[in-house]
Order: sequence, then C-alpha cells, then structure tokens
Amino acid sequence: MGQAIAFYFISTCILGFAVLVISTKDTVHSVLFLVLDFLFVAALYVLLGAEFLAAIQILVYAGGIVVLYLFVVMLVNLKRPPEAHSDPHRRTKLGFGLAAAVLFELGMIAVRSSGEPIRPIAAVATAGMPLTGNTEQVGWMLYTSYLIPFEIASMLLLVAMIGAIVLAKREL
Amino acid sequence: MVDTFVIPLLKILIVLNATLVGVTYMVLLERKVIAWAQSRLGPMRVGPYGILQPVADAVKLMIKEDITPVRADRWVFTAAPIISMVPALIVYAVIPFGPEVSLFGRKINLFITDINVGLLYIVSVASVGVYGIILAGYASNSKFPLLASLRASAQLISYEVAVTLTLVSVILMAGSLSMVSIVRAQESSGMWYAFVQPVAFVIFVIGSLAETNRAPFDMPEAEQELTGGFHTEYSGMRFALFFLAEYANMIVVSSVATTLFLGGWLRPFPSVAILSFLDVVPSWTWFLVKSFLFLYFFIWIRATLPRYRYDQLMRLGWKMLIPVAIGNLVVTGIVKVLFL
Repeated sequence: MGQAIAFYFISTCILGFAVLVISTKDTVHSVLFLVLDFLFVAALYVLLGAEFLAAIQILVYAGGIVVLYLFVVMLVNLKRPPEAHSDPHRRTKLGFGLAAAVLFELGMIAVRSSGEPIRPIAAVATAGMPLTGNTEQVGWMLYTSYLIPFEIASMLLLVAMIGAIVLAKREL
Repeated sequence: MVDTFVIPLLKILIVLNATLVGVTYMVLLERKVIAWAQSRLGPMRVGPYGILQPVADAVKLMIKEDITPVRADRWVFTAAPIISMVPALIVYAVIPFGPEVSLFGRKINLFITDINVGLLYIVSVASVGVYGIILAGYASNSKFPLLASLRASAQLISYEVAVTLTLVSVILMAGSLSMVSIVRAQESSGMWYAFVQPVAFVIFVIGSLAETNRAPFDMPEAEQELTGGFHTEYSGMRFALFFLAEYANMIVVSSVATTLFLGGWLRPFPSVAILSFLDVVPSWTWFLVKSFLFLYFFIWIRATLPRYRYDQLMRLGWKMLIPVAIGNLVVTGIVKVLFL
C-alpha cells in the first residue's frame, strides 16, 4: 500500500516535471526542472531496491551532465524571448511517426507484462549469484551476462572522448 | 516504535544541531586562528575572549535587511541558498561517529544510518551542492556573481573527478561502499588508509580544499577580482546560509577524510597492543579529535598560502591530480590482485 502510494506520487512528479521541462519558456528554469526530474527518477530506483543505480543516476545525470547543460545555457544567455520557430526542414510527420512508435512500444510492454507479478529489481538480480549487496550484484551482472554490451558501451565512450579531443584541438 | 522512529529522529536532531553549533564555532575558530597567525587578537568584545561572538553574528545576520535585486530571477534567487545548504546537511546521515554503544540499557549505533552505497551517496549528494553556487550567480543577474559562479562550477567539476578517483582506490582497498565497513576494514587490516594510500590521501586533501572553495583555491570568492564572489547580491539570512553551507561542507569533508583515511572512530595505531590503554577514551572522541585536527589544518592552510591563479588551478587539477589519481588507482588494483 505504502509502496503503491510512493510509486504513484513519484511517477506523477516525474511526468509533471517532464512536461514542465518542455513547456517552460526560460531555458534555465527548464534545465532546473530536468534536475528535479532526475532526482525523482533516482527516488523511483530507490523504491525498486536499486540503490546503486539511484546514486549513480544522481551523480552522473543530476550532478554532472546537467551542470554542463546549465553551463552552456548560462553562457549563451537566452534572455530574449524566443523567435517564432520556422524551420523549413522541420519534419512534423517524422516526429509524429516516431512518437507513435514509442507509444506502441510502451503499450506492448504494458500489455505483455500486465499478467506477471511485480518483482523488485533486487530480487530479480539475486537469482544464482554468489554475492550480496546491490553494488556487487550490478558489477557481477555487468561482467558476466552483459559483458559484451558493457565493453561495446565503453568502446563508444572511448571513441566519443577521442572525437571530443580531435574536435577541440585542431592541430595535434 | 521507539527503535524505528524516536531514536532516529533524536539522532537526526542531535546531529543537525551539533553541526550548526559546530559551524558557528568553526567561524569563530577561524577568525581566532587567523588573527593569531597575523599577531592580532581576533574577536575579543562579546563574552570572555569573544566566545559569544557566534551568537552576536547570528543575531546580526538575522535582523539585517533581506534584499532581492529588482532584475533578479526571484524564484531561483530564493532557492539557491537552500540548494547549497541542504546537501551539506543531509550528508551527515551516513557518517559514522562511532560503533555501537549501549546507552540506558539500549544498543545505539553512533550513526544515523549505514546504507550499502554510503560513499556513493555522499559523492552524489555533494555533486548536487554545486547547483547552489551556479544558480546564485545566475539568478543575481549581475556580472561579478555570474563570473564567480562560472569559475566555481568549472573548478568543482574538475576537482570532483580527482577526488572521486581517490575514493575509488579506497573502495578497492576496503571492498565496500558502506562507511561503517570501510572503518571496519581499517580495523581488521590494522592500518589507517592514510598510510596504505598516501598518494590518494594527499590528492583527497588538495581536492577537498578546492571542492569546499577554501584557500588557496577560494577562486569563486576572490574579493580583489570579483567583489565578493557568487554571493555578492545576497544579504541577511540568505547570505548566512551560503556561509553556513561552506563551513558545513568543510566539516563534511573532514569527517569523510577521517572515516576513509584516518580510521574513523579507531584509536591511533589500532593494531599495536601496547597502546590499548587508549581504549579508555570513548571511540567517538577519536572521531571528533581527528575531524577537529583536519579542520584546523584547513584554517592553517588559509592563513599560510596565497591564492592560486585561475589557470594554475585548472592546470593543477587536470594535468597533475587527475593523472596521478588514475595512476594510483591502477597501481592499487594491480597490487590488490597480485599481493593481497
């Protein structure tokens, strides 16, 4: 009961702040709502028993990436009211198509998983694992079942890092 | 009922109040120590040797006029001091002041909670504290605060990397993220991690000076260049909140340093049996003494060293501390796998 109340409260906040992020005129306020949104997503992770993920969510997204967003927004200083957006290359149909695809996907997930009982993440992860503790379990999963996606992700990050260096430093 | 609600609430009350009192007296201590370093007397008028000065300061700050600039971003301007203060206070939830003690026939842990991602919690909460500074500078809608807050955020992000890397090598040694387990690991290995990880300790100290905006890295509030830094436009209680947050952060950093590198509540040389008469002293006293020494060190540094130039500060962070921290981490990992 308490869990359900907490879940619906947090979800409402997440959706509400997400709407505010895209509807607010002031860019800095919009970034701030994004931070609040991330904090509530972290709260949702805590509710699901994934403390490690929650801490990383705050550390990486709220504390790292969005600080950089804020940096850029402050430097650009969008104090003028935004001009009417008239992009000749705007693809409204493509946008609607993508939104419909995502909605369909979410709907399929909801329909397919509606019959199953809801299990907290921690309980799912403990099956057949020699370790206790959330962090250890995440590490175990990353280095056993999900080793290849993990390595691909780290390669991607490495490429992104080298790309950033090349872009920023024209003559090496 | 008592165990789930009353005792945790009491603990939170005690820790919060002790922190706030500690912070105000930290300010007095700083003024006194710097005065002595400069052969002055420091505050002497309010109470004997000025010991009631914090009370006078608090009253002064509370009755001062609270000004919001006309062109300021009102909401963000109000929220910024709160955003600085809250992370500095909620970090205390996971700091272990001592082990389990029995008080009035009841077993009580001398920490509010011990979560299995304790250290990560501290790092992530501290990273949110940056917003207070950035937003204060932005919302004031004035040149100097904006410049100061840009400097501050760049500085904090840079030094956060180095500090977090040193924390990772401590986590490798202890094999746990829980603050209590890290102290227990130091107890069982019989060594404070300051001796096992001297490089990490030095980088942590330098980085924590930069992360708390203390001299010689007090770039965000360099008076000569920025007329007072990111809180130029703030007055009264809101200014006081920034001030308190800075000192609360100093106490947090010294508690974290004590826990991770100086053995937390353990007595000096926990493995030497001859010194076991030191166990008479309650364990939390050791914690407080170590944290106090660390805080004193902060003040001492401020009285001794001149301020870094901004580009020197960034160079030190990115070209010295981060490579050394990464190297230390790699060496720690190799040694841990091969020899321990």
